[in-house]
Amino acid sequence: MTPSSYIQRPNRPLRAYALWYLVFLYIPVLFLPLFSFNDSIYIAFPLKGFTTEWYQDLFANEPLFAALINSLKVGAVASMLATALGIFAAKAVTRYRLPGRKPLIGFIMLPLVIPGIVFGVALLILMSRLGVPLSLYTVTLGHTILCIPFAVATLIPRFEGFDRSIEEVSADLGETAWGTFWRVTLPVVFPGIVASLLLCFTVSFDEFIMAFFMSGTDPTLPIYMWGQLRFPDRLPGVLALGSIILVASFCLVFFAHWLRTFGLQTKSAGRA
Amino acid sequence: MIDSAADFGPAPVLCAGRVGWSRALLLRKEALRGYALLSPTLIVLAIGICIPFAILATISFWTQIGFDFDTNFSVNNYLKLTEHPVYYALLKRSILISGSCTIITVLLSYPMAYYVAFHVHRHKMLWIILITLPFWTSYLLRVFAWKIILGYNGVINSGLLGVGLIDQPLEFLLYSQSAVVVTLAHAWAAFAILPIYVSLEKIDRALLEAATDLGDGPVARFLRVTLPLSLPCVLAAMLIIFIPTFGDYITPTLLGGPDGMMLANMIQAQFGKVNNWPMGAALAIAMMITVALFATPVLVVARSATRRIA
Repeated sequence: MTPSSYIQRPNRPLRAYALWYLVFLYIPVLFLPLFSFNDSIYIAFPLKGFTTEWYQDLFANEPLFAALINSLKVGAVASMLATALGIFAAKAVTRYRLPGRKPLIGFIMLPLVIPGIVFGVALLILMSRLGVPLSLYTVTLGHTILCIPFAVATLIPRFEGFDRSIEEVSADLGETAWGTFWRVTLPVVFPGIVASLLLCFTVSFDEFIMAFFMSGTDPTLPIYMWGQLRFPDRLPGVLALGSIILVASFCLVFFAHWLRTFGLQTKSAGRA
Repeated sequence: MIDSAADFGPAPVLCAGRVGWSRALLLRKEALRGYALLSPTLIVLAIGICIPFAILATISFWTQIGFDFDTNFSVNNYLKLTEHPVYYALLKRSILISGSCTIITVLLSYPMAYYVAFHVHRHKMLWIILITLPFWTSYLLRVFAWKIILGYNGVINSGLLGVGLIDQPLEFLLYSQSAVVVTLAHAWAAFAILPIYVSLEKIDRALLEAATDLGDGPVARFLRVTLPLSLPCVLAAMLIIFIPTFGDYITPTLLGGPDGMMLANMIQAQFGKVNNWPMGAALAIAMMITVALFATPVLVVARSATRRIA
């Protein structure tokens, strides 16, 4: 493809539109850090002055840290469970000729097309009929089910993408089925597993509505923040927390991107 | 490819040394192994989806009496749904809000995706990262940010007051249906941009050149080549946005006010302060049916669009 093809003539209005759209995407998000440094509990212009008070308050805020830990725990367990189940499912649908493969995948993807609130109340009713008390375990269960489609969708291309003959070679060389999986398949699909863990963790960490119905007395971070939003004097603290999450996720995204390009560079360097 | 996979694929890997078995048996065994491998996931999902929804459907035919249920079968909840205008109004409003949000988001996102796919050459990945970055903040805070902008003491009002364009804060900004639509269009933008971008990126540029060589102008080329080829993903993006926004609870609660309440708020209320779980279950079922009614035609069109491409 020629880079200077006449189809790709620069389009100035379109470029301006794209830049404005980016501004539209960023402005609301950037108000969070702006007001988190504002020396007033009222979220309004003009800004009153610079302060780091709200950030200092955060470190003394024990319920917040408890909620953060809860979210980390739920996210870690749910992402690992969902990814483990995703590996089984992805291997099964890519490696075996299964009658009814398409409807089965459709069934696995079902949580994606059910509105969260419907799913939340359905599981809430189930738990209450079973007499299971609501706790972080029930939140984790709900998040695992929500995450399974994400895990499967991330893993299937990985399992499809790799050369099956290396598994056969391993078997021919006398490796058992388990040994082949452990020493050949797993290393090859490993980047997919990491991607699935990260994606599932993000989904769980940010999930609100399921946790809203399934959590007992221990709130996850979104539930805790939701509770704080009702009190105007707590708002700056929520904004400070949100800004920290914002910066942390920016760093994580750039780190993931750097890791990926870094991996590619070393790979091509190794080839050369 | 598929045949050879069936003959030589996983069989030698997992059943090494049993090559003498008949092919049919091998295939059956293979499928069984596949199902066995799939079964943990299917069992978890069956427990997590089928059983809760069966109970949800059952309970929607019960009646709430105090803190207990009358378990006799009754269609009263559904009758109420059709009789009371408030449910119908909420349903209509939810469809209107998330429908307009879906259309607005897709219309706004298409040019953006088009720009990145066709007019960005060197820093494509940077653009993709820039587009997705805001969506890594918590959804709750992204929605809340709009409250900061549209609120009574919010950015727009205090800005306009400061400049002297208005004497009193504009009250209609917050707590309205349009506030909900704008917020949702912002909160879900990446979910439209990315799939559309992927579909545009996949288009073979030779097709566009061929269209130009055969005398199509830019508009005709777009309408006859680019748009049809990206249509399946546009439709998919519409579903990706319509389904969650239709059931969204956060945005109408924070920004909707009484006029912007949606079906999800009513469902939540039935499970919360109203404490009428069977009615809430019936509303949830109604929501599912509505989603299915809207999703099915879109899926059918998407499928026929895909088939026309292939």
